[in-house]
Amino acid sequence: MYELTNVTKTYSQGKRTVTALKNVSVSIPNGQMVAIQGPTGGGKSTLLQMLGALDRPTDGTVELGTSNLSTLGDGKLGKIRATEIGFVFQGFNLIPTLTAQENVETALAPLGIPASERKSRAAEALAAVGLGERLTHLPAELSGGQQQRVAIARALVKEPTVLLADEPTGNLDEDTRDDIMELLEGLWRDRGLTLIVVTHDTAVAARAQRRLHIKQGVLTEVA
Amino acid sequence: MFTTYLRRELAGRRKQTAIVAIGMALAIALVIIVNAVSAGVQNAQATVLESVYGVGTDITVSQEAVAPTEGEAGTGGPQRFDFGADDGATTDGTTSVSQSRLEPERGTTTFDASALDTVTTVDNVSAAAATLALSNTSFAGEVPDMAATDSTDAAATGTMPAAGERPAGGPDGAGGSAFSVDSFTVLGLDPADEAVGPLSSVTLTEGRTLAAADADTNVAVLDSSYATTASLAVGDTVTIADTDFEIVGLVTATTADAATASNVYIPLDVAQTLSGLTDQVSDIYVQASASTAINQVQSDIETALPDSTVNTQSDLASSVSGSLSSASDLVKNLGLWLSLIVLAAAFLIAILFTISGVTRRTREFGTLKAIGWSNGKIVRQVAGESLVQGLIGGAVGIVVGLAGILVINLVAPTLTAGAATSTEAMGGPGGGPGGFGEAAAAAATSDILLSVPVTFSVILLAVGLSVLGGLIAGMIGGWRASSLRPAEALRSIA
Repeated sequence: MYELTNVTKTYSQGKRTVTALKNVSVSIPNGQMVAIQGPTGGGKSTLLQMLGALDRPTDGTVELGTSNLSTLGDGKLGKIRATEIGFVFQGFNLIPTLTAQENVETALAPLGIPASERKSRAAEALAAVGLGERLTHLPAELSGGQQQRVAIARALVKEPTVLLADEPTGNLDEDTRDDIMELLEGLWRDRGLTLIVVTHDTAVAARAQRRLHIKQGVLTEVA
Repeated sequence: MFTTYLRRELAGRRKQTAIVAIGMALAIALVIIVNAVSAGVQNAQATVLESVYGVGTDITVSQEAVAPTEGEAGTGGPQRFDFGADDGATTDGTTSVSQSRLEPERGTTTFDASALDTVTTVDNVSAAAATLALSNTSFAGEVPDMAATDSTDAAATGTMPAAGERPAGGPDGAGGSAFSVDSFTVLGLDPADEAVGPLSSVTLTEGRTLAAADADTNVAVLDSSYATTASLAVGDTVTIADTDFEIVGLVTATTADAATASNVYIPLDVAQTLSGLTDQVSDIYVQASASTAINQVQSDIETALPDSTVNTQSDLASSVSGSLSSASDLVKNLGLWLSLIVLAAAFLIAILFTISGVTRRTREFGTLKAIGWSNGKIVRQVAGESLVQGLIGGAVGIVVGLAGILVINLVAPTLTAGAATSTEAMGGPGGGPGGFGEAAAAAATSDILLSVPVTFSVILLAVGLSVLGGLIAGMIGGWRASSLRPAEALRSIA
């Protein structure tokens, strides 16, 4: 469960100070599927980084379960990212020199899992997203939709409690978008994940149980 | 994961790997070749010096020549042969005269032999030997029997030439004269001491070398080259200061083309007696107990013998001249700087390529951090990639370097070398057969085939440099990668 209390995040841009989040307070229970919408520069990605333990707020607290992400050191935040949070990015962010299976294995590397177990779990994760036959393919040999499936397998292979997706369908056509969203929804439902999706796309947001809107750093519930 | 990732990165980014490895390979090959050539040149210098100063000689002690005071004859000055009226043997109106003298070589100053005792008491001196460098000059000639031309005897002999008539007799029978002058270098040394000194570096080709029992005995060992030119062999006699010496052995320098330090070697006490230089020596050869003690020994001897000149091997190395010296200078100056510049350039290339690679892979490292990779894991990955690139470069560099050394050894360039020794001071007037200076020049000049050694230390140096280059580039690149904050790394590509 996420508990954000009065979260403010400011950045310095030269002599200017930009406030990306203003007093954001929100609770997200375990197992909920949430869509966050808003205009570009409104604070969506900043909010996702707070939720993903990638950054700390300037003010306020971000709690994930019993961990206060606002005060933990880099090492502990890294461990939480390695075990509890899965990321899916708009640009897939696969390592171009590694095969699909090896890309998925990178998520297990920080956990000290033996190589043979890493390989078998990566193969299972890829099979779960429909890429059981593409283990040895490089990202450049896969379509955009297939690359995003590899990214989803990488996010889920470590069995996290939270899956954060930043514009997961932003680079895909409509048909592929629907395939990917169906896959994410299926995994969310089957695994009891907390799924938080940042999106511009209203069709994607419409699939969520709960919709939040953020504009100029201010978060509001969408009825 | 580390190995798989590393292998995939190096294989997947072949161009960068190749450029970094080639840069490193060129630098390391150059360092290997310069180092090996430098070692070869040093060996050649050592060989030249050994032929003159002896194996194991770390330090030499001598005394600089001083100008004689007024009224003093000095040593090593112009030589003069005086013959009395009754000297020589007369046959058929021709008088044959000859004289040979043993004197210090020109430019050599002798000093009291007690200096040897002083040197041996210095700490860390393991061996010391004294020598006396001398030159034997013989003058022989045939002149008309002057007694026959003496006016007081003319009436008695009835052979006085008439007015306007030339004297008869002499080698040509018509009153002419003929003279020959011969000179060779003689080195007096302690026959019991073989550990240090000029005879310690020679190879015995025939007979025997001097032994302790030869003290106060008229025996000589000859330089093989000199013996050949003078048509002398073991068992023959050689005349030194009008004294006959039995030739007991022939020696040659350890290098094929080099001559030994002197033409003739005789026991030191005999040399002192014949030259009239009782208890005098010209050089002391010193061996230090360890190479690290050489400077201390040099300093202590200079303190104990303030009037002496104390030279170490490194001082002596500067006395080597000729193309060997040029090669040494070239290696020391151009070679060293060139290899340092290329090495610095290779390191810089490796660092810049690694940093540029990290910059290009910002999203990759940001993603890895987002999925939980620690900074240490990312630094290890980047450093590992750079290290392997460095090692590939090192391996190629060793192969190229060894090939370069092989080519140099196949070509085997000949270097001529001269060592500025006291014997060279003999070089001066003369030039005819057996003239002054010829033997001395032969003793100090040699042709050396440059042989470039491959040593384990050179290979170790190459591996060390490639590891160092890879690690420096990797640590800088890794530090840059680890300093990326995941949120910023991901934002920068959003």
